[in-house]
Amino acid sequence: MGEWLLFYAFSLVAILASALVIGQRNPMYSVLLLVASFGASAGLYVQLDAPFVAVTQIIVYAGAVMVLFLYVVMLLNQPREDASEWDRTHPLRRPGLARLGAILAALLVVELGWALVRSGTLGAFTGDTSSLASVRTIGQVMFSDYVFAFEATSVLILAALVGGVYLAHREGSR
Amino acid sequence: MISPSFNAIVPMLCATAGALVVMLAESWRARGERMPLGVLGGIALSAAGIALALLWDQQASSFGVIVADNFGIFVSLVVVVAGLVSIAFSSQVLDRDGIPRGEYYALLLFAIVGMMMMATANDLLVVFIGLEVMSVAVYVLTGIRRDDPRGVEGAFKYFLLGAFASAFLLYGVAFTFGLTGTTRLDGIGQFLAARSMSSSPMVLLAMGLLLVGFAFKISAVPFHMWTPDAYEGAPAVVTGFMSTGVKAAAFAAFTRVFLSAFEPFSADWAPLVWYLAIATMVLGTVVGVAQHNLKRMLAYSSIAHGGYLLVGLVAANQVGKEAILFYLAAYAVTNLAAFGAIALLGTADRANDTLQDYRGLWQSRPMVAGVLTVALLSLGGLPPTAGFIGKWYIFSAAVSAGYYGLAIAGVLTSVISVFFYLRVVVMMYMTEPAGTIAPPVVSRAALATLAVTAAIILYLGVLPTALLDLAAASIDTIF
Repeated sequence: MGEWLLFYAFSLVAILASALVIGQRNPMYSVLLLVASFGASAGLYVQLDAPFVAVTQIIVYAGAVMVLFLYVVMLLNQPREDASEWDRTHPLRRPGLARLGAILAALLVVELGWALVRSGTLGAFTGDTSSLASVRTIGQVMFSDYVFAFEATSVLILAALVGGVYLAHREGSR
Repeated sequence: MISPSFNAIVPMLCATAGALVVMLAESWRARGERMPLGVLGGIALSAAGIALALLWDQQASSFGVIVADNFGIFVSLVVVVAGLVSIAFSSQVLDRDGIPRGEYYALLLFAIVGMMMMATANDLLVVFIGLEVMSVAVYVLTGIRRDDPRGVEGAFKYFLLGAFASAFLLYGVAFTFGLTGTTRLDGIGQFLAARSMSSSPMVLLAMGLLLVGFAFKISAVPFHMWTPDAYEGAPAVVTGFMSTGVKAAAFAAFTRVFLSAFEPFSADWAPLVWYLAIATMVLGTVVGVAQHNLKRMLAYSSIAHGGYLLVGLVAANQVGKEAILFYLAAYAVTNLAAFGAIALLGTADRANDTLQDYRGLWQSRPMVAGVLTVALLSLGGLPPTAGFIGKWYIFSAAVSAGYYGLAIAGVLTSVISVFFYLRVVVMMYMTEPAGTIAPPVVSRAALATLAVTAAIILYLGVLPTALLDLAAASIDTIF
């Protein structure tokens, strides 16, 4: 019972947030709503017994990718989208590449519909998923077999950080 | 894990600690205060060198992925010496060009950590991480003069193409892992030797991707496009370091991966490397003839020398493997001397690196001209220099392995290359100085280092047996 409640709660949040992302005039709101959508999908992954995917979803998508989006929004410094006449036309009637987003969305709908129709005939995945995606297994391998590679990555990130800060550092601000 | 041994990673830890100390010292530095950051870096590298010497013949291994065998130690020592010599030249150059010392020394030390990691790695993943540590640091060092358009252009080309090549290498690692279930080189070798799948397209794909990744780093033709721009744009000290350290580390990893893990498939990859070697020797030499900028000319010369090293890899016999190591060491000292001399001749206003700038250098700066002459003769492979012995061993390895074509191509390109090396020598001794350019001031420490490198070049040219014995001892431990 509780599981079903959680499932519907997460699904509802994910769908609502995703729908609202494309309905906003302020890009900052869009980004924050996308974070909510990613968080809700992470919850769904936990319910699917894939905790590692859920954690990755939070760290990589909700964390790193979103920070990148936020930076782009901040750099563009455009708090409100321009609602020109061109924007109000239907996406499918726009010229050239502007139609691409609508076409991709239509493709996705067809693809998902096909997958749902076929899902009955394909049969479920029967392998042992717990060992594949458990945080425990991955953590054990990472800190035993690959511990040196893991630690060496810190040197790599530090070197990249020093280099990045140096190259981006503006003259005379010291 | 049962008491892991840390011995094999001590040299890397020394260099990492040096980089961190330099960074911290820089951040605590008061405005206008001068700190001997170069000396700190030198101490860290000396410690790493001592640790490497102590590890000789110990067969130490840490975590199963870092193996400090004599082969790795030999190459690591070459890298450490390249770092020490570069630091000795740097002090004067950094002040003159307004390069920030903290960032420069920290990145130099990080690059050395990455190089040592590559030289001693027994795991493809660690090879990749070492390569990235080295590359990221060297990309930034290439463009460290941010106001110099050529430096930024070179760094940007190097970075974009380098990231692309890293992806190739990583794909190769992924395919190898998918195929064998391990990233350890010994495990891969055992797996591949156990079952004969020489015709498997997956093995060929994995080897091909790894080959492209390494060929880029050693700037083998046709993956050499970044080399002239990056070498010309970078400050000459950095070019000297790059052309020796990066090449030595990349060659060490290349040799180790292909002569240990992929040894069973040498019939598949040797013909490919044969073509790479020929193309690299010929293009590097022929295009080098047309250059008028000394750094650009030496960049093409560096490409050609990569080709000679590939000859040793194709031959892959006892002499060939020894010759690769000897050549790496000899070439490192020679190139460091040449680029060091070029770096010291620059002034704050101009780099003084075109051929015309060397008119009558013998009269204004006899000492630098003398060292540069020795270095150029060694690059050309004339006796009694280290370059001659190196080439002699490489070509004799090719002949004894039956690769006569490679040996002939090598000798012919060497003869052509003597033309452009000697052109600089002629310019220095047999023309009158232009007289308009004020001769640059060269510090005593830098001059002493130049003299030492020249002495080593001549010593290795006359009495090479000591280093050859070390190279032979290095080979015995792994292959």
